[in-house]
Amino acid sequence: MTEGQTPENHPTVQALAGRNPHWVVQSWLHRGELTVVTPREHLRAAAEWLCGDAELRFAFLSDLSAVDRYPAEPRFEVNYHLLSLQRNERLRLKVRLPGSHPALPTVTPVWPTANWHEREAFDLLGIRFEGHPDLRRILMPENWEGHPLRKDYPVEGYR
Amino acid sequence: MTTKVETVLGQSETMVLNMGPQHPSTHGVLRVLLELDGETVITARPDLGYLHTGIEKTCEAKTYSQAITLTDRVDYLAPLSNNLCYCLAVEKLLGIEAPPRAQYIRVLLTELTRIASHLVWLGTHAIDMGAMSVFLYCFREREEIMKVFEMVSGQRMMTSYFRIGGLSVEPPPGWLDRVARILEVFPARLAEYEDLLTENRIWKARLIGVGVLTADDAIALGASGPVLRGSGVAYDIRKAFPYSRYDEFDFNICTQTAGDCYARYLVRIAEMKESVKIVRQAMQKVPPSGPIQADAPGIVPPQREKMKTEMEALIYHFKIFTEGFAPPPGEVYQCIESPRGELGYYVCSDGSAKPWRVKMRAPSFVNLQALPSMCAGRLLADVVACIGTIDIVLGEIDR
Repeated sequence: MTEGQTPENHPTVQALAGRNPHWVVQSWLHRGELTVVTPREHLRAAAEWLCGDAELRFAFLSDLSAVDRYPAEPRFEVNYHLLSLQRNERLRLKVRLPGSHPALPTVTPVWPTANWHEREAFDLLGIRFEGHPDLRRILMPENWEGHPLRKDYPVEGYR
Repeated sequence: MTTKVETVLGQSETMVLNMGPQHPSTHGVLRVLLELDGETVITARPDLGYLHTGIEKTCEAKTYSQAITLTDRVDYLAPLSNNLCYCLAVEKLLGIEAPPRAQYIRVLLTELTRIASHLVWLGTHAIDMGAMSVFLYCFREREEIMKVFEMVSGQRMMTSYFRIGGLSVEPPPGWLDRVARILEVFPARLAEYEDLLTENRIWKARLIGVGVLTADDAIALGASGPVLRGSGVAYDIRKAFPYSRYDEFDFNICTQTAGDCYARYLVRIAEMKESVKIVRQAMQKVPPSGPIQADAPGIVPPQREKMKTEMEALIYHFKIFTEGFAPPPGEVYQCIESPRGELGYYVCSDGSAKPWRVKMRAPSFVNLQALPSMCAGRLLADVVACIGTIDIVLGEIDR
């Protein structure tokens, strides 16, 4: 990534927006990292294209991290840290979710590694991944109440 | 060969066997639910969370500097790798860089960490496979590396030696001689282990063709580190996204194409040799003197001497340790090549003195997802070999 590059003329952003302008709501470069915000309803299609496109080949999902922005709205953010082994390039795909019913389609069929990552985000932040093959808690006990990484969950837990 | 358990009615049934959480070869508190048909594994379902301590949640209640001590406890076999990744992430967030001397020392110590971590892996895996003596030899070598860590940081394991902007203290005189002494004997010792294992008939029978993971599956499952390279994908973050001046070092990416347990064993042995090469180069590169902390007042604690003469230093010291420092709002994802694979820290700042969110991308957490596909259709005894060569650390899986 070269200095002075704006996110608009970044080849990956151009390719994404060229494929479907609705896929890119917002994009920015911060500390050399490219972030693209995608609406929830387009996530699955954008993910499939990013993974399968012969040019980009973002076939490796490095990490999935969810953030709670409480009390701001939209409250939740889900970040997909993608890696293209072919282009040696990283991309953060960001989806924003409302606090009332945080749900988004699963990407497990696209990147099988998302399975446990999504279970972790569900367990710790209570984000639902629709169509996930096995959406159970992964780190907390099955009968646990609440989602510990939410900002309205006290550090000491509920007493 | 499949043998079905027959019931009275003449119908075949499978048996569910609970392996762990208290089982010596699950390397901690991993529980695997195995569905067996005779001795053949049909499905293996890992059950995690027995060691969950809420480290990510705790990080949100600590200042950026305080959170370093928590990163030691994530992967307790490679604490310095976790220190490094977290510090690099916060440094990226702040836009500061450690001075060259600190960066070379960081490389030197994290490569020693890699050797120490691989030695624990080799020893414990050999013991799982029934080779007791290798375990004792490996821990002898590891102990010498632990002594170096104790020398520089005062701690054998929970080092917290890397700090935001550099190192915590100046390494003591003579520490490089100690490293040199390790390097003198280590290659010969490593050759001894290879003599004991590489061509050993039992070792080969237990590992070759077991737990095969193809390159496509490894990428799809997000496997990284020796697991990915054992499947023939030449991907190493030290080469792909060099950090801490790794681009100045001459080393090779070790790969094997078979994708089985034996391939992963060969990759780790070769990596130890490469790490020795890197440590040798780092010893040449470390300048004998020079700053070990970035020039970033308000972030890096001032030197003790300056505090006695300068008012600003005293104020900064007070502010750093009472309220911490506040990076600008933003988010970064920093990844490094830890002994187990891609270790990533996603750090999100809201402009306050405490991280809004710290997410740890633990390599063993992701690599363990490959276990069901490695074990399916194999014998029960192979599950132990598969868990062993994934090289899991439950501390970072459960966090």
